[in-house]
Amino acid sequence: MERIPILKLGRALLVTIQVDMHDRLAMALEEDLTQKIVDTGARGVLIDISALEIVDSFIGRMLDNIAGVSRILDAETVLVGMQPAVAITLVELGLTLSGIKTALSVERGMALISERLEAGDDDADET
Amino acid sequence: MKLSTLQIRASEDVVRVRQDVRAHAVALGFGLVDQTKIVTAASELARNMIQHATGGELHIEAVENMGRRGLRLTFADNGPGIADIERALVDGYSTGGGLGLGLSGARRLSNEFSIESKPGEGTRVTIARWK
Amino acid sequence: MTSRIPEILDKHHDEILGEWVRMLARGHGKTGRLREGEIETQARDVLAALKDAVHEGNVHDVDAPAFARLRELLATISRSRALQSFTPSETATFVFSLKEPILARLGKSISDAPSLEREVWSLTKLIDKLGLYTTDVFQKSREEVIVRQQQELAELSTPVVRLWKGVLALPLIGTLDSERTQIVMENLLRSLVETNAEIAIIDITGVPTVDTQVAQHLLKTIAAARLMGADCIISGIRPQIAQTMVHLGVELNVVSKATLADAFSVALERTGRTVVSIKAKA
Repeated sequence: MERIPILKLGRALLVTIQVDMHDRLAMALEEDLTQKIVDTGARGVLIDISALEIVDSFIGRMLDNIAGVSRILDAETVLVGMQPAVAITLVELGLTLSGIKTALSVERGMALISERLEAGDDDADET
Repeated sequence: MKLSTLQIRASEDVVRVRQDVRAHAVALGFGLVDQTKIVTAASELARNMIQHATGGELHIEAVENMGRRGLRLTFADNGPGIADIERALVDGYSTGGGLGLGLSGARRLSNEFSIESKPGEGTRVTIARWK
Repeated sequence: MTSRIPEILDKHHDEILGEWVRMLARGHGKTGRLREGEIETQARDVLAALKDAVHEGNVHDVDAPAFARLRELLATISRSRALQSFTPSETATFVFSLKEPILARLGKSISDAPSLEREVWSLTKLIDKLGLYTTDVFQKSREEVIVRQQQELAELSTPVVRLWKGVLALPLIGTLDSERTQIVMENLLRSLVETNAEIAIIDITGVPTVDTQVAQHLLKTIAAARLMGADCIISGIRPQIAQTMVHLGVELNVVSKATLADAFSVALERTGRTVVSIKAKA
């Protein structure tokens, strides 16, 4: 079974979802990401969904889970590139995804993560 | 007019449901937002069927009413059935993501929604979206 | 008791068609908008579809699946006539005039008075339903044309303006109905993606009234924009609109400013910018 590739982008991890995911693939992604955050000590996770044409409650839950796990591991998750039709549908569906930050582009997403890191690192110890 | 019937057993079938419904919606001339809504609704209902009834069937039909065209989807399963339909339609995402968001979500995304279900007699959910 | 209408349509098909076409040609002589060949083709197709529809014996329920092909055909004919500026009654008459040729054959074929009365009644009701169906489709078609024209107008008349880097403005002008608002909002969301904007200012100074539906659309659009990673500010809310919304129970969980200028000021601040005066040379 193919797995979704995870790239390292500075102090963040970048995941680009380009296929219509079935359940096992989605769960594999959660596992892989969690492992990689720990392995790399990443402080941010960018999930690029600009190719996702459908986000239903299952995918929504997966994204929430990833954000939750990342937070516990001290990483910020940003959802990037949501399509307008998807956003309109999610609003209608009542899925707020309130636990995740969102940005229009990967650049913006990185900026959000950097901001937060700068704010937090001022009082953090050097590792 | 009957367009197609799909068997839904596993999560790979949910992907196929999305692709098929999308194709039919495009063929009927639905705009992008309308396509997204009905495909998402179908995805919710298909997943419900797998989770709560070990699968079932989806019947896709093109419908017309006074010159207006639409797409009607019927999800039928022989699962355990729903005892309290009203409650199933109200329970939301927060209660553990059970039947709740699937049914109520599909209803919100559709122009028409109807459900028949009795414990021990399976469930039948029909949704329609008009162009 | 089975109707004899299907049998009569079968047996006397050619005569009925011939008479019907002659009647139609006489009627259309005045208007002449349809070529005679076209009338004959339409009549032939409709009669064939009617024959098939009642073949199994159902002469009452025009919503049954057996009538689907006939309904589709009548809808197509009705729609094309709507586009060709026929009146609704001209289109319905096309169907109603089919009564005469069939009634004539009924009279000749059925001698028993009560049966004849019953069959005449069945046929009349059937043709009436079909004629009225074409009228309904006609109406819908005209409505669809109007809606389409409104859509095109809506798209033309609502530009999205780039006020500054990352700040879009959407000045809405005129009455907002549900349809138009949806189109405009989809445009806005698309523009957000295309320009990578951070904030969109929706200015409703030029909108006379806002009802609950429009307010809902606005709120849903703002929610969608936020989901995508941008934000919105509403400007130009007049006191009357503010009051209406409170009375309607609409809660605006978004920053709203009285003027576009105020909103722009907030937008600049939010995107980390400010305006400074250039000192004049001494």
